[in-house]
Parts: sequence; structure tokens; C-alpha cells
Amino acid sequence: MVELIDIHKSFGEHVVLRGISLKIPTGKLTFIMGRSGTGKSVLLKHIIGLLKPDRGRILIDGQDVTSFSDREWQKLRKRFGFLFQEGALFDSMTVAENVAFPLWEHSRLSKREIEEKVAEKLSVVGLLEARDKYPSELSGGMKKRAALARALALEPEIILFDEPTTGLDPILQVSIMKLIRDTQRRYGLTGVVVSHDVPIAMGAADYIAILHEGRVVAEGTPDEIRRSEHPFVKEFLKSAFEGCHPEEGQNV
Amino acid sequence: MVGLLQYLGRLGLNFVSQAGGMALLFLTALAYTVKPPYRIRLFFKQMEFVGVNSLLVVVLTALFSGMVIAFQSYRALSKFGGETLLGGLVALSLVRELGPVLTSLMVTARAGSAMAAELGTMRVTEQIDALEVMAVNPVHYLVVPRFWAAVLMVPLLTVIADLVGIAGGYLVGVMLLKVDAGIFIKKMQEMVEWMDISSGIYKAFVFGGLLSIIGCYKGYNASGGAEGVGRATTEAVVIASVSILIGDYIMTSLLF
Repeated sequence: MVELIDIHKSFGEHVVLRGISLKIPTGKLTFIMGRSGTGKSVLLKHIIGLLKPDRGRILIDGQDVTSFSDREWQKLRKRFGFLFQEGALFDSMTVAENVAFPLWEHSRLSKREIEEKVAEKLSVVGLLEARDKYPSELSGGMKKRAALARALALEPEIILFDEPTTGLDPILQVSIMKLIRDTQRRYGLTGVVVSHDVPIAMGAADYIAILHEGRVVAEGTPDEIRRSEHPFVKEFLKSAFEGCHPEEGQNV
Repeated sequence: MVGLLQYLGRLGLNFVSQAGGMALLFLTALAYTVKPPYRIRLFFKQMEFVGVNSLLVVVLTALFSGMVIAFQSYRALSKFGGETLLGGLVALSLVRELGPVLTSLMVTARAGSAMAAELGTMRVTEQIDALEVMAVNPVHYLVVPRFWAAVLMVPLLTVIADLVGIAGGYLVGVMLLKVDAGIFIKKMQEMVEWMDISSGIYKAFVFGGLLSIIGCYKGYNASGGAEGVGRATTEAVVIASVSILIGDYIMTSLLF
């Protein structure tokens, strides 16, 4: 159970989060949405302690983690998976070594057991034949899938996705999202996805929170979001489905 | 006037915060050194990178430096008929100063820059964040092996540089300038004491630590994409080189 209470965050003069409160439902796939640059990724990094809030609290299983020491975070983070926007695979390791890395570091499995586990995770994401390639030899979609396999390696309870579909072609977007949805269901994970892709979110999300100007302006199931009367939410959804009209001259 | 003061103030603040950051990184690296897991494989990999792979460039630098010193000293010494001191002079300047300083500068250029570039790239592509979310401390994983590899390998390279440099001096002095071989060696033995050699090696330990911490600090704190990595690398080399020379002066004047 992850709960954010009144999170504030600024970088220098630039205020990004102005009091975010959000309960993330356990065992569900939650989407955090909003325009680019509204602090969605910043919010995600707060949940795993890469960034610390200026004000406010983050509760994980009822424990206030805001004042956690490095050591406490280390322990807690083993329950998390994090999928970075660009994958953040280690350049110096092959795909298989990348997936094996958290297992080498944190499990007491034997070499063979680790190899089996790596093979299992790689086959889940359909990358078994690319196991000995280096990240620089992979396409964008393959990198994301490899990173997903790595995030799944320790079988986390909570997995955070930073823009998993950005920068992919439409067919890959759907297949990656389906992969995320399937793995989330299969392992019964709590998933948090940061995205600005409305159609994909509407199709895959159990729960959606929409960020605007540093606050949560709407939250609920996709149906509740669709019925929202909030002017920004209406515009956000409308622009996504209508696309770009030359006479209006703008596209969100 | 106010502008100048502001500029100087900013410069001073920047200096203090960077020096503090490096000191903190140094202490953190020390603290993590004794914590398990001990990543022996990474340590050996870095020792190979810092040490073995720097061998050729260090040998070349030392050889030609030794040869040049022999030439230059011979000219100066011959003015008052002191050619016989050549061996001692070449050996002293090498083991006390040029051995450790030139070796550290070459290792800075080769390995210190690579540390900044590698860690910088890992920073801007979120690989350092990835380590952190996988509950692996990045200082423990990245900085500790690099730091110890440099602290250990720079003195070893220095010893080799001393040796090769003296051989270069011998080559020029004895073969080319016809100083008597026996006298060259004899004077060297007379004039160089153990303290001279050890002081050079102590320096090398410190320089190795300096160049790796500065390289790692600059890379670790890089920001702003490829350009930022380039800037971090340049700054690492410049700051490390200057620190080595300043550190050399301080250590020479205080300790030896």
C-alpha cells in the first residue's frame, strides 16, 4: 500500500509539485497522467526515494518512508521494480547479465538457478534469443523489454513504470502495454505507470490520476475519468482523441 | 565592482562546495570499503584498466623524460666540470619528483578521464539511478573499486617509471655522452637514499587517490547529456592535474 500525502517539491525557483495526495491501490494498475513537464516522473521518483519531498509524507505499508535512512531504503527497494524511460540498462553488460544483476546482488541462488530465472524472465518478455547482445545492439522496444525483465527479476511487489511507451511506434506501444498488463496480472503486482498516452491508459488502467499544475485534479476508474467535469481533464481527453486540427493549431 | 565581487563570491562558493563534495565522496568510499559485499572482480578489472593498460604510456613518458634530463643536466653540470654527478642527479629528480608526478598525470589523462566519462554517461542515462533502485549503493559499486585500484596502481607504475627513467638517463649519459658507467652508477648509489624513493612512492599513493576521487566525483555529478559528460571529463582532467601539481608542492615542502 503506497500513499502520498501533500507532497511538495521545487527545483530551485521552479515549483513542480504543489501538494499531491494520492492513494495507490494495491494489486492494481494505476496510471499517473498529465502533460509533459508536469512532474509525473518526479512524483514516481519520490515513491522509490530517488527524490525527497520538500514537504509532505510518503507512506508505504503505513510506514513513513520520508525520513528513511539509506540502509532502510536499501531494504525497502528490494520490494520494488523500476522501469526507466530509456531503460537504463548497463552498457557494459549483456542483456542476460543485466537481468541477472539484481539476482547476483541480492539473492542467494546458485549460478544455475540464476540462469534459469534469467531465461524465464527473458522468455516472458520475448527476448530469449537476444540474451547475449549488448544494449547498444538493441532497438528501443527491445531495450524496454529487457529493462522490464530486469525490473521483474527480483519478483517485486510494486513496480513503477516511467513512460514505458514513449518513443515507440504504435504497434510496439500496444505490445509493451499488453506485456505490462499481463505481467502485472500474472504476478498480482501493484503497478504505477507514468504516461501521457490517453488511449493506452483508458484501455489498460484500473485507476487513473490526472496531474495538472502540480496537483491531482481528477482520479478514479477510467469510466469516472471519462465523466469528469474538470475543464483540464475534458480538454486533455478531448485533444487526445481528436488529434491535431489545423484551425485550432495546437495539440497536447 | 559589485559584479566582480559577485563573480568572486560565486567562484569561492563553487570551490568550497566542490572540495566538500569530493571530501565527502572520499569518506563515503572509505566507509563502504569495509562493508560487504567485497566486489573483488570489479577491483581487479579496474586495476587492469588503471594499471596494466597505462603501462605503455607511462614507460614511454618515463623513458624520454629520463633521457631529456640526462641531456639537460649534462649541459649544466659540464659547465663546472661536474659530469660525474649525472647519475645521481638523474636518479634523484626521477624518484623524488618526475616519477610520481608524470605517472600520475599520465594516469589522470588515461584513466581519470575515463572514470569521469564512464560515470558521467551512467549518470545522464540513469544507470546510476538504476543501481540505486536495485538497492545497490553506487558509491560502493562504482567508486570504491576505482579508488583503490588507482591508489594501488599509481605507486606501482611510479616504481616502473623510476626504473625506466633511470635506464633512459643511463642510455643517454653513458652511451651517448660517454660518462663512465661505473661512476654513473656509483654516484647514483651514493646520492639516492631510501627516503628519496619512499617519499616519491608516498606521493604516488596520494596522487592516485586524488585523481580517482576527482574523476569519479565529476562523473558522478555530471548533468546535461552528452555535453555535460564532455564538460565533466575535461574538468576532471584539469582539476586533477592541477591538484596533483599543487599537492606535490605541499607534500614536498611539508614532509620531505
